[in-house]
Amino acid sequence: MAIRRILIANRGEIALRLIRTCKALAIETVLAASEADLDSLPARLADRTLCIGPARPADSYLRVDTIVQAALGVKADAIHPGYGFLSERPVLARLCEQEGVIFIGPTAAQIEAVGDKLRARAEAETAGVPTAPGGAVETVREAMVLGREIGPPLLIKAVGGGGGRGMKRVDRLEDIPSAMELAGAEAGSAFGDARVYLERFVEGGRHVEVQILGDGNGRVIHLGERDCSVQRRYQKLIEETPAPGLSADFRARIHEAAVQFTKRLSYRSAGTVEFLVDLERDAFYFLEMNARIQVEHPITEAVTGIDLVAEQIAIADGRGLRLKQGDVRREGCAIECRINAEDPARDFHPSPGTVRTAVWPSGEGVRVDTHIASGSRIPPYYDSLMAKIIVHAADRPTALERMRRALAATHIEGVATNLAFHADVLSDPEFNTGGVDTGYLPRFLERRRLVQEARAHG
Amino acid sequence: MTLTAKDVAEIMRLLEQSSFDSLSLEIDGVKLNLQRGSAAPVRQPAASAPSAESQPQPVQSARPKAKLPSEPGLAEVASPLLGIFYRAPKPGEPPFVEVGSKVIKDTVIGIIEVMKLMNSVRAGVRGEVVEILAENGALVEYDEILLRLRPGV
Repeated sequence: MAIRRILIANRGEIALRLIRTCKALAIETVLAASEADLDSLPARLADRTLCIGPARPADSYLRVDTIVQAALGVKADAIHPGYGFLSERPVLARLCEQEGVIFIGPTAAQIEAVGDKLRARAEAETAGVPTAPGGAVETVREAMVLGREIGPPLLIKAVGGGGGRGMKRVDRLEDIPSAMELAGAEAGSAFGDARVYLERFVEGGRHVEVQILGDGNGRVIHLGERDCSVQRRYQKLIEETPAPGLSADFRARIHEAAVQFTKRLSYRSAGTVEFLVDLERDAFYFLEMNARIQVEHPITEAVTGIDLVAEQIAIADGRGLRLKQGDVRREGCAIECRINAEDPARDFHPSPGTVRTAVWPSGEGVRVDTHIASGSRIPPYYDSLMAKIIVHAADRPTALERMRRALAATHIEGVATNLAFHADVLSDPEFNTGGVDTGYLPRFLERRRLVQEARAHG
Repeated sequence: MTLTAKDVAEIMRLLEQSSFDSLSLEIDGVKLNLQRGSAAPVRQPAASAPSAESQPQPVQSARPKAKLPSEPGLAEVASPLLGIFYRAPKPGEPPFVEVGSKVIKDTVIGIIEVMKLMNSVRAGVRGEVVEILAENGALVEYDEILLRLRPGV
């Protein structure tokens, strides 16, 4: 069957980005928007916008029945969930399967298989993909035994988790009981699943993830890796591809591991396999899989020239994988900065409001994915992502320079943003050298704070 | 080194031809800040990758306007949910209300179906039905006006 009309069950920049590919493919778009987003750019660019409920996500974007009813009501052939919200909720994928609406993404069973982090770990082990030493712990006693075996530092993670919630670092074994209780409580309230597991914490590790595309019948290709080590409290802020400083052999091994893992699942659609890279030990460990299109997908698009959303749609439409591994060529270097409406001076507090002025950069090798223009409102109910600035150049130094200029050409008035913070990171020697670990940003922030304090005291 | 008027003119020309909106230059204590297109602060977020597209100006609601009321002072009954609107309890049965029906607060005026779950919609005010806007069997959005009442009759 041919997909001719897609219901977009998301908002913000990703809604707009999905609409753009649909327009290029001459597919009609129906945006399912909350009351707070009826004035948004995506709402005006979609062929039709349906108001699905009040602003609060629980009353609109998270309502599975309403989303599917909306798709049926407008006779949409398919639903694209974007990222976040319902994108990795098996219930939506399953209801779509039952109602004959195409879910643009993996099967409900695949979402379940990777959504349970312990199951995903087991899948990785079966596929011969290395995992960090660790395992399930049901009681404090078990945790103490396993903790002693692995040795600190340790991470206590939520089985149903993600995004750093329900995750606690333990540096001394005697802290295990309290950390476990805290992680369990956090996980229980955030994911409705209080189970936790234990893993070795890799000091100086880097976050490297591999983009894959699968046809659902066992064919999988990879589109290279992304380095997302610049994180603050597990929130990615800057991503780049290729990951700096990996040998060709290491790169090939990590790509292959991602393909092996997803092949075993006969994974369908676009997905990302995350790894923790320990270059000192020449090792990498499976972290988790994200069964959706990701925020940082444009840097992969920049270096490969492949529109990932168009491939997702083609796969969902039963046209399979249109690319062979040999067709995927990666050229140059791409970097993304996430511009958030948040105030670095106030511990990165969200800063919703009306954007008085929005001037975005443009030019060769610069792409901006944003739903924000002058006059746009940033409602307080959702995440604070305003835009993604993506640059692409032949090499990393040129890409960095391009990003510095792009940031300098960006002007936002009306809300606080992390623009200046990005500019500071982009001019930091350590970041410019490349290959920073996930501990880099906290260290950078501490240094920056000290410098600012010293300045303030004159 | 100092900046002459000619230098500044040359720099302005270069900025004009470049892809950048602003330029800040500091030479020997002389600061030059140039910004172009200040009359039109919204610029196209041009993209080299798949997303290049026109960026419209801000912003009017995408929600279609309901038909104007036939008389002033009417109360509106809006849909509490997105779903399929039914005027009757079952196909073939008479509608809950017609134009001219007298209703009280708790009178059911229709049903909204969301994935086979039936939600009844109540009038909310006492009055007389003047206009019925939503069609039987049609998809209605959240907060879409279903009908209008002349209150207090």
